[in-house]
Amino acid sequence: MIINHPLLGPRDAAEFTYLGDACLIERPDPEAENAIEVFHDYVYLRDNPAGEHRELWFHEHGDRSWLVVTRNTLTHEISKVELARDVALSRGRGI
Amino acid sequence: MSQQSRISGGLIDRSQTHSFTFDGRRYEGHAGDTLASALVANNVRLVGRSFKYHRPRGIFTAGSEEPNALVELRSGARREPNTRATAAELFEGLEAASQNWCGSLRHDLLAVNDLFSPFLSAGFYYKTFMWPKAFWERLYEPIIRAAAGLGRLSGLPDPDSYDHGYLHCDILVIGAGPAGLAAAMQAGRSGARVIVADEDFRMGGRLNAETREVDGMAGAAWADSAVAELAAMDNVRLFPRTTVFGVYDHGIYGALERRTDHLRDGEDGPRQVLWQIQAKRAILAAGAIERPIAFPGNDRPGVMLAASVRTYVNRYAAAPGKRIAVFTNNDDGWRTAIDLSAKGIGIAAIVDTRDTEPLTDIPGAAIVMGGRVTATRGRHGLRSITLAGGRTIETDCLAISGGWNPNVHLTCHHRGRPEWRDDIAAFVPGPELPAGMTVTGAANGTLTLGAALADGHNRTSSTLMGLGFRSGGAQPPRGDDEAASVSAFWHVSPGKGRAWLDLQNDVTVKDLKLAHQEGFRSVEHMKRYTTLGMATDQGKTANVPALAIMAECTGRTIAETGTTIFRPPYTPVPIAAFAGRSRGAHMRPVRLTPSHAWAEEQGAAFVETGLWLRAQWYPRDGETHWRQSVDREVVQTRNSVGICDVATLGKIDIQGRDAAQFLNRVYANGFAKLAVGRARYGLMLREDGIVMDDGTAAHLSENHYLMTTTTANALAVFRHLEFCRQCLWPNLDVHLISVTDQWAQYAVAGPNARKLLSKLVDQDFDISNEAFPFMACGEITVCGGTRARLFRISFSGELAYEIAVPARYGDAMIRALMAAGEEFDAVPYGLEALNVMRIEKGHVTGAELEGRTTARDVGMGRMVSADKDCIGKTLSQRPVLVAEDRPVLMGFIPVDRSQTLDAGAHFLSSGVAAVTENDEGWMSSVCHSPILGHAIGLGFIKRGRERVGETVRAADPLRGKETLVEIVSPHFLDPEGERLRG
Amino acid sequence: MGFSAFRIIKEGLTGNRGWTPHWRDPEPKAQYDIVIVGGGGHGLSTAYYLAREFGITNVAVLEKGWLASGNVARNTTIVRSNYMLPGNEPFYEFSLKLWEGLEQDFNYNAMMSQRGIVNLYHSDGQRDAFARRGNAMHLAGAGAVLLDRDGIRQLCPFLNFDNSRFPIHGGLWQPRGGTARHDAVAWGYARGADRRGVDIIQNCEVTGFRIENGRCIAVETTRGPIRAKKVGVCVAGSSGRVMAMAGMRLPIESQVLQAFVTEGLKPIIPGVVTFGVGHFYISQSDKGGLVFGGDLDGYNTYAQRGNLQLVNDVIEAGMTMMPMIGRARVLRSWGGLVDMSMDGSPFIDRTHIDGLYFNGGWCYGGFKATPASGFCYAHLLAKDEPHSVARAYRLDRYRTGALIDEEATGPNPNLH
Repeated sequence: MIINHPLLGPRDAAEFTYLGDACLIERPDPEAENAIEVFHDYVYLRDNPAGEHRELWFHEHGDRSWLVVTRNTLTHEISKVELARDVALSRGRGI
Repeated sequence: MSQQSRISGGLIDRSQTHSFTFDGRRYEGHAGDTLASALVANNVRLVGRSFKYHRPRGIFTAGSEEPNALVELRSGARREPNTRATAAELFEGLEAASQNWCGSLRHDLLAVNDLFSPFLSAGFYYKTFMWPKAFWERLYEPIIRAAAGLGRLSGLPDPDSYDHGYLHCDILVIGAGPAGLAAAMQAGRSGARVIVADEDFRMGGRLNAETREVDGMAGAAWADSAVAELAAMDNVRLFPRTTVFGVYDHGIYGALERRTDHLRDGEDGPRQVLWQIQAKRAILAAGAIERPIAFPGNDRPGVMLAASVRTYVNRYAAAPGKRIAVFTNNDDGWRTAIDLSAKGIGIAAIVDTRDTEPLTDIPGAAIVMGGRVTATRGRHGLRSITLAGGRTIETDCLAISGGWNPNVHLTCHHRGRPEWRDDIAAFVPGPELPAGMTVTGAANGTLTLGAALADGHNRTSSTLMGLGFRSGGAQPPRGDDEAASVSAFWHVSPGKGRAWLDLQNDVTVKDLKLAHQEGFRSVEHMKRYTTLGMATDQGKTANVPALAIMAECTGRTIAETGTTIFRPPYTPVPIAAFAGRSRGAHMRPVRLTPSHAWAEEQGAAFVETGLWLRAQWYPRDGETHWRQSVDREVVQTRNSVGICDVATLGKIDIQGRDAAQFLNRVYANGFAKLAVGRARYGLMLREDGIVMDDGTAAHLSENHYLMTTTTANALAVFRHLEFCRQCLWPNLDVHLISVTDQWAQYAVAGPNARKLLSKLVDQDFDISNEAFPFMACGEITVCGGTRARLFRISFSGELAYEIAVPARYGDAMIRALMAAGEEFDAVPYGLEALNVMRIEKGHVTGAELEGRTTARDVGMGRMVSADKDCIGKTLSQRPVLVAEDRPVLMGFIPVDRSQTLDAGAHFLSSGVAAVTENDEGWMSSVCHSPILGHAIGLGFIKRGRERVGETVRAADPLRGKETLVEIVSPHFLDPEGERLRG
Repeated sequence: MGFSAFRIIKEGLTGNRGWTPHWRDPEPKAQYDIVIVGGGGHGLSTAYYLAREFGITNVAVLEKGWLASGNVARNTTIVRSNYMLPGNEPFYEFSLKLWEGLEQDFNYNAMMSQRGIVNLYHSDGQRDAFARRGNAMHLAGAGAVLLDRDGIRQLCPFLNFDNSRFPIHGGLWQPRGGTARHDAVAWGYARGADRRGVDIIQNCEVTGFRIENGRCIAVETTRGPIRAKKVGVCVAGSSGRVMAMAGMRLPIESQVLQAFVTEGLKPIIPGVVTFGVGHFYISQSDKGGLVFGGDLDGYNTYAQRGNLQLVNDVIEAGMTMMPMIGRARVLRSWGGLVDMSMDGSPFIDRTHIDGLYFNGGWCYGGFKATPASGFCYAHLLAKDEPHSVARAYRLDRYRTGALIDEEATGPNPNLH
């Protein structure tokens, strides 16, 4: 596969390490009353869609950016690549 | 007589004669021959035996689709089983041997299987060999295994080298037949970067095998001129002998180039190159493969595909027979008769299944329209055929044509399914092609020459436009369209005879019908039950006729029946080619520490730890067992001073206004208030609450920290920290960089450590216990101004420091340390001594932090701060992870102190059965403690902290051992830590 | 009539006219006691044991495509019980014991061949981990032998002992491990279940669950609704998609595992051998093909195909371990969808919906589990309580922390 890195252009997927669903950005609030339950869902449960999937790739052999790649799990077609930090900021992941 | 079947003409080079052997007999051929064409020229007809019935078989095709003519090529370690004689280029000295027989090729003892064929029908083995039970492995299976398989591997390491290469292009043209060459010319003229790959050693495809004209020239001559023109273009790269075998994601194509397979052994390696081609667009012009008609006795040597017969005659000037008969259901079959007749080869008959007018008259040939071949004769080679109605015709070669199958293989590698076209009675590529692929020519069902040339040209023009290239006004090459009418006809009813479909795996029409009778009705079931299409040719000639017969059985259409799935590779690819040069000692790179050369000088024993090579111990003269070296290193370190290379630890430089906050969140224990000049042990959890890693973080200056990780987890921890930084807390002002390779680092441990270091540390820096106490750190200089970092941390439990210098001074530093240590009898110590000392201290490593243990399990539960959040804190509180009866880290000593211990033993209470239910834990690390004088171990046992003093069994049934051990504290030595504070 | 050598001779002499379909092709009934969703190896073995062990025969197995078209149709056929953790090892040993009597039990030769499996180790640490595992196997009655380098040399003299980046130090050998003919396993179960009255319904895709008042009462299918007292889902590879129709999110990702087979060769590799650095395993089928595989591609996918980079990675390890296979040619590669669970271990459990049961999360190792998975699922479906060897395979174990993480890589499905 080829991942079109937003800063570096098209790169072979072999340069990257895969993590999984981009929902892992959304770390829940540890102060929540049912923290174990929400952390369980966060760490363990997945939509696992057959189709468009937003997922995290780490440019391990490159600039060490975490990317959010939108990829179709049926065709492997990649429709969007974003810096994960930008996504996290836009989702209001603060300090 | 040599080459008795060689005729005039052809594209071989008669000026170069190659001698070769087949089954030990010497023959001659010419440059431009394949092994198969040279065998045809020498009138060798019997070339192999089939898989199951060991039927005698001859050459069936002239290409990579060959099911029969498989040979072992070359000898010794280069022996290459199952090589298609039809695709093996002849070279001087070639050695080939037939395979899959017992006795000799002509007298194969296993041909007895054929006599039992009524009992060996499809799937027979699923129904028997079950009784008595023990006989399967002892008797039945060994016999089946010995009989199965085709060629033999040499059993020796492959001596050749293989390369990997990466290429980029705008347009990849796959196949250099008429459509492919027309496409390549058009693409080349546009200036686009073009790659043309063709599996043959001579580009031109069917043009080399036919007597057709293009642009008024002989087809082969036109192909030559087109290839020459392409070769002269700087933007075009030609790859003959190169098979594009697979289509991967995002325009990546796998291709195998055979660079030296046509040469004698070992000349000009690498043997093959596996190319990964990144193509913006691909033009698939892979052509079509002729298919047979099944009829009783259709497997004899001398029965060949009609177009392949033409190939041997026209391209290779080798006549597969003296009196040839044709059996066809289409116009193309007639061309074999026409071409051969023109060459003066006798045509015995043309049998056409169609009830139409003859296409033409062939002098001397019986022409039978609406005819059927119902039987054949000739044990090791065809002698005659019998037609429906009983007429027998003497012939030594029957050319059969059942129509043409477009080569849709590569179009299906991304889930696409081919579609059936009734007008050509064949599957063509479906609408779902791999992104960027265009199919042209015969591969797309455009089976006639003129149309294929135009199609290749025109489709490439549109593809170029899509890429923004101008293709210019050139006209497509011109050729006539030949008669190509076909009327589907799949098999002659076998009656009592057997009509083969899969020649290699011996699958007959009856087998298919039996499979259907037994309920195997989907194509996949049919394939799997009968093994049709699973041979080395992947059913390239057999599959479509079989599908037609399945359709007949089920009453469905062929379109409804569908195909099995085409998967890479298109033709088989040697295993070694995929590995390239990354094999053996070069499978992975080697990482060496800055002191490696010095350690080698000391005669160190090295061990692989991940990619690193680390010194395990440093043997001295007179030491005959590793334990002697290790014990000495430990004792000398504990008594005086020892030095250990710890450069492999992961080192991460952390800077930024929020660095402390960041550390405080990624470590379980608190880091918010670590003072400048101090270091702290840190325990890191995964988000699931399990321990991920441990190490230290040193506060070097305001907003600047240095973290160390374990050697094994350096990469994973860094990745994790970047995830936390970029994805979880993007607003923190913190920056990370790995400096593992930038710093050499040495532990200096033992009572004389300070004295030793004082000799090297520059005078400006006070490293007395008061000025530089336990867990102090600082940036210093050594040896007169060399920048260094000093950490007062201890893994050994001794008064110890770790000193780091820039990697380029690593070699000088170890030499300086050893020189300074001479007066203290300082020893270098390796990984083993390090391990012994950490076990004596009860420090954990990967054996204890093994990915399933919690902080609590390893006795560090209280380090998980109650006052703050950290990664993993929440889920570490799950009930099972805090349950009272979890195995926890304890120390173990043998009750009989003379006994040794073994890691991997499981703990059992006394008197209970050795079964899973009674398993109480396991021993994780053991060593002999030279200080205590007996074996000690660390391990995990349920409720261990309540059981100090209890005796349990360390059961090791695997090694037939059981040792009584006492549960003790995991801190065997200096539990109060007085030494390290000294 | 049963299968036997005698029958083969009789049929052979009479033109093989007496053979009949190995299973019927029935129309679905409106209602069953138990509906199994998924006609793969596990679904078919579940149906077989429901009938054979628990006497429940009013059962339908619904298969979306052709029978046994999922992972049982494409895998590397390895059978073994060399696990370490107490949640796993007794289950896999139970499975291996079922394998050992399987062919006589269901009267179908699945070519179970116990030629042994050896896992190589390359460091002292790996040896210690294997020792821990080998002892766990002994405690579970599975047997294992820890071999040193010389022992491995005797067993597999063809391995690379002299020129490897990661020298072979020894290996853990389970002599009872081996391979089986994967399709025949499914066919044997199908035939055995069919003969006991189970309806195996092909080309019948489940399109929804009918759930009323927290109870699953029927499945919707492409061939109409089918009512059932209990519905057992068993569709590894597609678990996420199917359970989503019941509104469930699972601790599972669908990923692809590639595998490879070479052209047929005369026997050269006796049993199964696995490399301890990177990941590579290989065996030779009775037909002569070398069958091998390695790591997952490592990303979520439903595409049933992998990429070239992974092929190279797998084979680099293979060529390092045994460079004599270099001139064998890869004939075919394929990619199978696997249910990667969050700790690498499976589920056989009830769901929060009454009457709806789930079996999945088999990762890349479901084939060897086929008998025990079916047996234990049948036990759960028949008695509503877990079989003793499968009681750890609960869906709520990530809530409680009762993880079964053999690879110890945490909640990262692609690393298991």
